[in-house]
Amino acid sequence: MTSLWVVAEPGPDGGIARVSAEAATLARELAAQAKGDVIGIVIGADPAVAAGELADYLPVVWAITDPAAAEHVWSSVAATHVAKLLSTETPDVIFVGAGADGRDLAGAVSALTGLGVLVNATGVTWTDGGPAIEMSVFGGKLLTTSGFTAGRGIVTVRPNVTTAATAANKGKVEPRTAAPASQPSLPAVRVLERVSEAGAQAPIEEARIIVAGGRGVGGPEGFGIVEQLAEALGGAVGATRAAVDSGWIPYSQQIGQTGKIVKPELYFALGISGAIQHKVGMRTSGSIIAVNRDPDAPIADFADLFVVGDLFAVGEALLEQLRARSA
Amino acid sequence: RSGSNVINGNDEYALEAALKLIDGVGEGQITLLTMAPANAPETLRKALAMGATRAVHVTDPALAGSDHISTAKVLAAALRDLEYDMIFAGIDASDGVGGIVPASVAALLGLPFLSYAARIEPDMANRSVRVRRISATGYDVLEAPMPALIAGTQALGEPRYPSLKGIMAARNKEIVTRSLGDLGLDAGELGAAAATTKVLDSRQPPARAATEVVRGTPAEGAARIVDFLVERRLIS
Ligand SMILES: Cc1cc2nc3c(=O)[nH]c(=O)nc-3n(C[C@H](O)[C@H](O)[C@H](O)COP(=O)(O)OP(=O)(O)OC[C@H]3O[C@@H](n4cnc5c(N)ncnc54)[C@H](O)[C@@H]3O)c2cc1C
Ligand SMILES: Nc1ncnc2c1ncn2[C@@H]1O[C@H](COP(=O)(O)O)[C@@H](O)[C@H]1O
Repeated sequence: MTSLWVVAEPGPDGGIARVSAEAATLARELAAQAKGDVIGIVIGADPAVAAGELADYLPVVWAITDPAAAEHVWSSVAATHVAKLLSTETPDVIFVGAGADGRDLAGAVSALTGLGVLVNATGVTWTDGGPAIEMSVFGGKLLTTSGFTAGRGIVTVRPNVTTAATAANKGKVEPRTAAPASQPSLPAVRVLERVSEAGAQAPIEEARIIVAGGRGVGGPEGFGIVEQLAEALGGAVGATRAAVDSGWIPYSQQIGQTGKIVKPELYFALGISGAIQHKVGMRTSGSIIAVNRDPDAPIADFADLFVVGDLFAVGEALLEQLRARSA
Repeated sequence: RSGSNVINGNDEYALEAALKLIDGVGEGQITLLTMAPANAPETLRKALAMGATRAVHVTDPALAGSDHISTAKVLAAALRDLEYDMIFAGIDASDGVGGIVPASVAALLGLPFLSYAARIEPDMANRSVRVRRISATGYDVLEAPMPALIAGTQALGEPRYPSLKGIMAARNKEIVTRSLGDLGLDAGELGAAAATTKVLDSRQPPARAATEVVRGTPAEGAARIVDFLVERRLIS
């Protein structure tokens, strides 16, 4: 019988990452289509909170306790456990989120087990032959559907592929110990310190609305209007490399080839020209609005709505009108 | 001894980080390692001109159609023949395999893997390295013994341009070519024949609707944006 796994990455406050809740929702729907089983897996020093959260989405959650996870990089500890579970179990697909933790886990588990990996899935369906994974490749120029030659493998799932929805019934959590070492363990990498930076921006990968600023905002103060609009719309702040390189906003907010790839419902660009290296990171967004004073900026070719004008003037007018609506 | 290898010859951020470390330590060598079709040396020459010491280029017709596992196995095999303190890799979101090769190489070699690096601080005396790994809320400070594999980001800093002197010097630098046979690898277990994934279907993405262009006063532009947001149910 078809068997699906979801390995949840750690999220805020000891819980799971939102992308893991989305992957769990997706896997539960697929298991229903395939008339198979779905199991969640949580690995942590104290996995109770995360396991409880994952059990909101899945009927069975295996909770693996490993004290090493407290002070080591999660994927370096978790990959060893997952690989050990795989020495006795044969799930058809293992789902993880497509963030840094999920990517590192997938790469390590794949090397330890020989399972293939399909990365950055934008959708998954179930066919007679097994899973069919949708991906957007070559910077969004091509959409592909792929499968595993051996029928089994690991899939990393992009944020916002589905909306996380809890199951009708809460699942049960089963403590679980991975089979004793048949594979060598990976070296666990020590975390000396976890530093929160003041004014850390909301993460862009999972945001449903992104308001992004480019060189056109002119300086760090220029991001004020971008931040106010993001707040008014309930979104996160993104940026181009030009703005990041100028030191106006941290690299974590950069969108594009050497930054992050995002797919929000709304991408709102202020003072961004739309260079190809930026476009590849945002072209699959649901709706794209751009404000730019240059009517010939490349972003005019792929925005849905292109407002020619000064971003500060249009931005202030928009803030005013949004405030008037909610008043 | 202070050496580093850079896998994926075209990753200039990782190379820049390696060059800065060597500058800081005062001595050391950088070997570039790439697996690519026979015509790749162009990018290797540029990296040599930036200051790398030598390059190893693994090329073999049997590697066409390699998936990330084949790629990782080949790079790991080539690394087994090299000496190093640190291995640097770059992660490029557009590379099609989603940047998972470095994690696989580290796992195959049993090396500590430090990813998403924004800063790299080696301690040669203690043979350990500290890395700032970008996190959702800031960064984590990681520490691992050498040798270790580090995957960098653009936050490591802008790559330098090759100097004229560098370009001249690069002409005489060594690019070693290796085949699968040289690495003692079996072609049957690599390349297209051993691919773990297959493309079932590919198509053009649906074309985006034509762009609506708005010219007018800021208030008019803003009003159209509000209507657009309402039409698309992005605000209520
Ligand atoms: C290897 C490589 C990787 C790269 N990776 C990335 C990446 O990941 N992400 C990325 O973004 N870029 C990346 N780039 C850089 C990319 O090529 C562009 O240089 C960058 O995206 C430009 O940013 P920008 O649109 O903010 O700036 P510009 O191209 O300078 O555009 C600024 C725009 O603002 C408009 N403007 C100015 N003032 C105003 C105003 N008051 N009101 C309205 N409009 C105004 C201008 O008309 C202009 O169109 C990469 C480049 C290379 C070579
Ligand atoms: N002749 C070759 N020698 C070495 N690597 C190759 C060769 N052909 C393709 N590759 C690599 O194999 C991977 C798959 O490429 P492709 O064959 O184009 O699908 C890429 O990383 C290529 O760089």
